[in-house]
Amino acid sequence: MSEVLEKQVFSLPKSLKDVPTHFCPGCHHGIIHRLVAQTIDDLKLQDISICVGSVGCSVFIYDYIDVDTLEAPHGRAPAVATGIKRARPENFVFAYQGDGDLAAIGLSEIIHCANRGERVSIVFVNNTVYGMTGGQMAPTTLVGQKTTTTPYGRSSSNEGYPLKMAEMLASLEGTAFSARVAVNNIKNIIKTKKALKKAFMAQIEDVGFGFVEVLSACPTNWHLTPLEAIERIEKEMIKYFPLGIYKDKLGDKK
Amino acid sequence: MDKNKNNKERMLVKGNEAIAIGALDAGVECYFAYPITPQSDIPEYLSRELVKVGGKFLQAESEIASINMVLGAGACGKRAMTSSSSPGISLKQEGISYMAASEIPGVIVNITRGGPGLGGIQPSQGDYFQATRGGGHGDYRTMVLAPSTCQECYDLTIAAFDLAFKYRNPVLILGDAILGQMKEPITRWKERTINPNEGNEWKLTGKKGRKQRILKSLYLGDGEMEAHNLKLWKKYKSMEQDIKWEEFLVDDAEVVAVAFGSIGRIAKSSARKLREKGYKVGVFRPITLFPFPYKPLRKLAMAGKRFITIENNTGQMVEDVKLALCGITDTEFFANMPGKVSTPEDFIEPIKKMF
Amino acid sequence: MSRIEIREERCKGCLLCTSVCPENILVQGNVMNSKGYKVVTCDEKKKENCRGCGFCAEICPDGAIVVFKTIKPKGTK
Repeated sequence: MSEVLEKQVFSLPKSLKDVPTHFCPGCHHGIIHRLVAQTIDDLKLQDISICVGSVGCSVFIYDYIDVDTLEAPHGRAPAVATGIKRARPENFVFAYQGDGDLAAIGLSEIIHCANRGERVSIVFVNNTVYGMTGGQMAPTTLVGQKTTTTPYGRSSSNEGYPLKMAEMLASLEGTAFSARVAVNNIKNIIKTKKALKKAFMAQIEDVGFGFVEVLSACPTNWHLTPLEAIERIEKEMIKYFPLGIYKDKLGDKK
Repeated sequence: MDKNKNNKERMLVKGNEAIAIGALDAGVECYFAYPITPQSDIPEYLSRELVKVGGKFLQAESEIASINMVLGAGACGKRAMTSSSSPGISLKQEGISYMAASEIPGVIVNITRGGPGLGGIQPSQGDYFQATRGGGHGDYRTMVLAPSTCQECYDLTIAAFDLAFKYRNPVLILGDAILGQMKEPITRWKERTINPNEGNEWKLTGKKGRKQRILKSLYLGDGEMEAHNLKLWKKYKSMEQDIKWEEFLVDDAEVVAVAFGSIGRIAKSSARKLREKGYKVGVFRPITLFPFPYKPLRKLAMAGKRFITIENNTGQMVEDVKLALCGITDTEFFANMPGKVSTPEDFIEPIKKMF
Repeated sequence: MSRIEIREERCKGCLLCTSVCPENILVQGNVMNSKGYKVVTCDEKKKENCRGCGFCAEICPDGAIVVFKTIKPKGTK
């Protein structure tokens, strides 16, 4: 009787350190970090990458993705990335930011970075809340959503409406690629991989600024289980933040 | 273009331009800034000249963005600089703190204007505390150099870059509106050189052939923050080997005026005028404001001299002077109010009163 | 049949994998790892239906699942 012949399918990317993470159970940072590392591997960027870390739950990105990394002050990653890329255009420069970092304090930096068409790639993780600091309102918090600083629900008259970053940045000439994706199911994970690759290619092919907004779950601060959290993405978040490619100057290649 | 006897270029330039030229010759590769009076000559000059030598110039969207671009470029081992004036320097404080914490070199120029708040474009020395007492958060120090002539603007900018890389620290050049806007001849003695191996042991270049490098300032592990701060403390203490100061006519002086920057220079004129009338006056001019030249000043105190501190503010450097003289003697203080452009005559009466 | 292995110390019991398995093989187990998480496990009755699709590993945020796809089933040449 012959033995079963099997092969391991799916392995962790080489540029992802195989270590336990500090992320909460069901946090999508784990998935997104891995997809970023996978894209780095697929495009053979590990040796030339410089990552700009930001402030939020992803502050420890250097503990998980094995590339040269510089920590940026809160919100300033796009400016720091600009400094690095202008200094060393031969390197692949990317940043990874949350919704407070990018859409609140860092709104000026991301818009101007995109507007200049900086050859950098930015991953934006949108979970409609400030995770690291304990669940306060974010610029992307939905109207009616309860957070620790909007205990009665976000009110459009008091706090305004959630910001739609993928659309906003797509409107700028300098942006070569802008998309919104999610990782709450396999179909969306596959689309996220494709979007990351395109955003990175926008830099590699010297076309312009590359941006991917990833809708993500924060079960802890949403007070939901991880499974309920992926439902919320499907049923509530995608309604306000539609998935799709909002700008693509690269086109499709065979 | 003139040449002096050593065949070095002589130019008639503003202090601001002298700083820009010093940066070029020091090998600055990246410059990021935002316009603000009275320092906009610096970005304007570099926007024309930096690209000619293969450097990168960008007018950033804010002073905050520009200090962060310097952080990024410095992390890659490039000589990077930004410049601003008072309120813009306030905006840069967080970035400077991060540079000090992550040990990233860079040069920041403050052409001080009247303050506080929006203030005005008149000269002042109101940013001494901001420059020397951190300015930003955390237990760090920034080296501070205070030129008093256009030649010093050139010389000290070159020194600033060398010191920034020697100590892996931000270095601040503290000028003011008088210095920035006045024109004097300078000798351009340095040839622009770029050392591609500068920072080889720590800079970010992509991890090919080696382990990942991380430049960060977050220390949460047991004992990590303590160890890091101890390391920084030792570094700041070691900066004392690079203190700079000028002693002018102090040897037989009975009264020594202590003043920095453009006020130091004007005080020298006051000293000369008083000497003509028989008053034995000298000037002690700190050039590094951090580290402050406590020891040489204290030495003058031990020789029995009396002191008057003169500043274009309501009393900031005078605290460092008091520290230097502590236990031996004290100092008088004369405030040349921010916004008032001083002349040598302004200091004659206050110094005379010391006799 | 294909199969998976769960790296028990890495599993945080988030159960995201249970939402993507086309055969509904994954269920919450009763065993806690040293971090206090109830590790996910395979339903004994269903695990032979594993296709080796790898969806569970794709959605796992913690790299806790290793997937083996059968190329040549037992007993064949």
